[in-house]
Amino acid sequence: MIGLPHIYVVGGVFFAATAWFSWRDAGRPRRRTAAAFWALLALSFLAGDRLGDLGNGVLVLGLVVLGTLGLGHGTQPTSTPGERRAGAVRHGDRLFLIALIIPVTAFSGTLLIKNTHWGGRLVDPAQATLVSLVAGALLAIAVAHLWLRPKFAQGERPQRLVALREGRRLVDQVGWAAILPQMLASLGAVFLASGVGTEVGRLFSEHLALDSRWPAVAAYGLGMALFTVLMGNAFAAFPVMTAAVGLPVLVQRFGGDPAVVCAIGMLSGFCGTLMTPMAANFNVVPANLLELPDRNAAFNAVIRTQAPTAVPLLAVNVLLMAWLAFR
Amino acid sequence: MALLGIAVLVLGFVLRAHPLLVVLAAALTSGVAAAWTPGANAGSLGAAALHTLAAFGKAFNGNRYVSVVWLVLAAIGLLERMGLQERARQWIAGVQAATVGRLLGVYFVLRQATAAVGLTSLGGQAQMVRPLIAPMAEGAAEARLGPLPDAVRFRIRAHCAAADNVALFFGEDIFIAIASILLIKGFLEQSGIVVEPFTLSRWAIPTALAALAIHGFRLARLDRSLRRMMPGERR
Repeated sequence: MIGLPHIYVVGGVFFAATAWFSWRDAGRPRRRTAAAFWALLALSFLAGDRLGDLGNGVLVLGLVVLGTLGLGHGTQPTSTPGERRAGAVRHGDRLFLIALIIPVTAFSGTLLIKNTHWGGRLVDPAQATLVSLVAGALLAIAVAHLWLRPKFAQGERPQRLVALREGRRLVDQVGWAAILPQMLASLGAVFLASGVGTEVGRLFSEHLALDSRWPAVAAYGLGMALFTVLMGNAFAAFPVMTAAVGLPVLVQRFGGDPAVVCAIGMLSGFCGTLMTPMAANFNVVPANLLELPDRNAAFNAVIRTQAPTAVPLLAVNVLLMAWLAFR
Repeated sequence: MALLGIAVLVLGFVLRAHPLLVVLAAALTSGVAAAWTPGANAGSLGAAALHTLAAFGKAFNGNRYVSVVWLVLAAIGLLERMGLQERARQWIAGVQAATVGRLLGVYFVLRQATAAVGLTSLGGQAQMVRPLIAPMAEGAAEARLGPLPDAVRFRIRAHCAAADNVALFFGEDIFIAIASILLIKGFLEQSGIVVEPFTLSRWAIPTALAALAIHGFRLARLDRSLRRMMPGERR
C-alpha cells in the first residue's frame, strides 16, 4: 500500500538532487552551506525513521545553524525571456492543461482513494491528498516531457534531469523558509508537552478581570490573533487560548455556544496568520517566489497588503462572536 | 516557567533574529524552564535540554509531510521554463475586459468557493499564484497601463498572494472535513462537548461573507489606485 514512506523517498530524492546541484553550482556564493542544508533535509526524508529522536534533534540543530548562516542564491541557468515567449507561442494552451494536471490529480485521486474499494487498498486513505498531490506533480512532469519535449537553447547541451534542476531553481528561492512550517509544527508539539497552555490560562485568569461578557469575548478573539502572530499558526494558538479563556470563561461562565465560540475563535486566529512573518508558507514563501524586493523585511509587502483586510475582519469576528454565541 | 518559551518568541520577533533560530531556542527554553526547580543543577538542566532536543527531533520527523509540497516546484519550474508564465500573460492580454482588480476578484470568488467545498489544493502560492495568477495580473495591467514601473509591478504581485491567502483562509472552514474543523471537534470532545462538524462549519459562513465583502471592496478600488501609481498620472 502506498503511503507516507514512499512519499518521503520521493521527497528525499528531490532534496538530494537540490543538494547535488547546489554543490555543483560553482559560481554560487555559500554553495557548501546550501548543499549541506539540502543534504541534511534529504537525509531526514530518506532515513529519518532510523536516526532516533536525539539523532533527529541533532539533525534539526544542523539545519538551523546552516539556515542561520545563510544559504545564498543559486545561479541556475534557465530559459531566456525570448525562449519563453517562443515556448509560449509554440506550446500554447497545452501549458495550461499540463499545469492543471496537478490540482486535478490531487482532487480526483483523493476522491478515488477515499471512495473506491481498490483505491483504498492501493493507497493509504489517511494520506490520500498528499499521495495524490505528489502523483499529480510526477504525472505533470512526465506529460510535459512526452508531449512538449523541453527544448534547449542552441549549443546548450541537453540537460538531464531538467525538472529536478528547475525545481532546485525554485526551491532555492524559497530557501530556509522551506522548513519553517515544519519547525513551527514541531514547536507546537514541544510547547504542548511542557504545559504552556495551562500556564497561559493561569496568567489570563489571574491578571485579566474577565467578569463581563464583552471584555471576555474581546480577550479571546484578540488573544487568538496575537498568539497566532507569535506562533505563526492558528492551530497552535487554538488549544492554548481556548483552554485558557474560550471554554472556562465564554462557554462555562457566560453560557456561550461552544460551536460558535470555537469556529469564530479559529477564524480570529486566521486574521493573525495574515499578519505574521512566522506564517512562512503563506506570507514569506510567496514573497520569495514572487521575488518581492522587501521579502526579508519583518512585515513584507504581502503582509502589508493583507493587514487592511485582516484588522477589520478581526473586529467583525469579535462582534459576530459576541452576537451569535449568546443568542 | 514554560512561558519563558513564549518570551523567547516575542524577544526574537522584536529583535528580528533568524526565525529558525528563534523557533528552536523557544522550544529548548520552554523544555528547560519546565524542568527547572529551585534545587536544579547544571546536569539536570542539561539533561532536560537534550530531552527537549530529542522531543523536537521526534516531532520534526513526524511532521515531514508538511515539507513534501515543495516537490510540486519541479513540475512548475519545468513548465515555467517552457513558457507557462508567458502564455498566461499573452492569454489575459487578449481578454478585453480584464483588469487587475476584476481578475483578482474573480480568482478570489473561485478560490473561496472551491475551498468551501474542500478543493483547497486547486490554488496555492506555488501551484497557482506564481506560475499563473501573477503573470496574468501583470499582463492585464500592462495591456491597460503600458510598461509597469517596479513599484506597481510588486504591488500587483503582493495583491495576488494576498487574494489567494484571504480567500483560502475564509473559505476552507465552511468545508466539514478540513483540518481546523477536525481540530476543534477533537478539542471539544476532550472537554466533554460533542459537536457535529456541520454545526462548526455553518458558523464559518458569516465571517466568510465578511471577508468577501471587505477584500472585494479593496479589490474593486485596486485598479484606480494602481492607475494613480503610474508615472505622469495627475492626482
